[in-house]
Amino acid sequence: MLELKNLSFTVEGEKEILSGIDLTIPENKFVVITGPNGGGKSTLAKIIAGVIQPTAGTIELDGEDITGWNVTQRARHGIAYAFQQPVRFKGIRVLDLLRIASGKDLSVASACSYLSEVGLCARDYINREVNASLSGGELKRIEIATVIARKARLTVFDEPEAGIDLWSFQNLIKIFENLRKEIQDSSVVIISHQERILKIADEIVVLENGRIKHSGEGSEVLPLIMGTEAAATACARLNQ
Amino acid sequence: MIKMDEIQKRILQEVADLHETPIGAYNFRVNGKSIGRNSTSQIEIIPKENGSGLDIKIQPGTKNQSVHIPVVISQSGLNETVYNDFYIGENSDVLIVAGCGIDNCGSHNSQHDGIHRFFVEKNAKVRYVEKHYGSGDGLGKRILNPVTEIHLAENSSAELEMVQIKGVDSTERRTTADLKEGAHLVVRERLMTHGEQFAISHYDVSLDGDHSSADVVSRGVARGKSYQELNLKISGNAICSGHTECDSIIMDEGRILAIPSLEANSVEAMLVHEAAIGKIAGEQLTKLMTLGLTEQEAEEQIINGFLR
Repeated sequence: MLELKNLSFTVEGEKEILSGIDLTIPENKFVVITGPNGGGKSTLAKIIAGVIQPTAGTIELDGEDITGWNVTQRARHGIAYAFQQPVRFKGIRVLDLLRIASGKDLSVASACSYLSEVGLCARDYINREVNASLSGGELKRIEIATVIARKARLTVFDEPEAGIDLWSFQNLIKIFENLRKEIQDSSVVIISHQERILKIADEIVVLENGRIKHSGEGSEVLPLIMGTEAAATACARLNQ
Repeated sequence: MIKMDEIQKRILQEVADLHETPIGAYNFRVNGKSIGRNSTSQIEIIPKENGSGLDIKIQPGTKNQSVHIPVVISQSGLNETVYNDFYIGENSDVLIVAGCGIDNCGSHNSQHDGIHRFFVEKNAKVRYVEKHYGSGDGLGKRILNPVTEIHLAENSSAELEMVQIKGVDSTERRTTADLKEGAHLVVRERLMTHGEQFAISHYDVSLDGDHSSADVVSRGVARGKSYQELNLKISGNAICSGHTECDSIIMDEGRILAIPSLEANSVEAMLVHEAAIGKIAGEQLTKLMTLGLTEQEAEEQIINGFLR
């Protein structure tokens, strides 16, 4: 269980990006964080992963204060984080990333199964370099595969729909639906505006102007935000 | 197996990936002397009359065969210049592995300057792998100054893999190539320098024949207080295409001068150059740390990948 207590983040000389966030991510839950752009969602994801440090408040993992832990420590204690904009490397292959992610000398067959899970033909990708020759959609799938390979207790996805075309995203949704089904002794946090993702959420948190506006069971929160920027259908977002 | 001590065996493994005597033609040079040599029916290794090196003659039509000519120096203070000439016959397809490793535990400088000339005949293909490696904690420096000269006849091709990853204190590498009609050259150079080392690498490629092409890529990592100077030049003198690229990671107090240069002497020459120098991107480190690596482990992974 992850608990954020009175968490704030302020950039010096600028406005407060997150303010007094109290949030609990329970075990075995699929939590979607949504809200208008600029509301602080990605900052919150980065704070959970340890990429940035909060300016106030604490983070507890199973009752232990992990606020001061760095990215590596958090990763080693079961927190996984999928980047909104996946990183490119020169010379590092998809297989290398999957091996690092799994923390063991993964066989090629096991590595391929992670790629199949995200809808990539394993044979075509396993030895590809994770470099600029890959498209945004391919990179996103590889990013998700590496995060799934972590078998983490808590996985945070920062806007998996960002930067890829709608058709690709419709296929990606299936991955999250599977994750939702197979959620055992772990939790998933997804930052998303997508209606289909919101519909499978156990809990929805709406973040606006750095504060929690709504938080509760998916079935209760979803009707409050339908048709707003927080929960747009694919076409509605296109029209914006 | 040819008789060598443990240090010599270790160096041999570093520079030529060899654990035992290779199949095919070979010459092992240890501390200035040949300690084992084998010619085959198609590949002849002949010592030059004045003892300055070897003539390696590959008969026309030789396919899928290899030549290994590793050099090991484990004696401090040894300085040598070796001239090896490779004659690669028409329509052949061969692999040549020529590495040099120096282990210097003494106080004198050890130096090996290998001057390699390649005469690649029509329609022949050659892949050349040259790995340089240094070890030993003596005060004496480990110096390697290779000169590589390649002459590519009509429709022949050469692929050069030039690697210097560790332990060589100073190196000045000079590579020249001239290409006739339809010839093709690929160079993949990888250099890592650390401590107070310096590495200079100059390429001068002339595309003389119509439809000849060259792709010369050098990747380097300069750590510590080391210095690298990369000068990659292609001259286009016909209907041809050429690409040079210097791509470098700079760390600590390292310094790099990258000069990709192009000279077009024909209106039909299509030439491109690229150069980039930068430190390791912070987001690359962060990504690997989110997968459980420490910052140092992440850095090693990024460098190993970059120099692969």
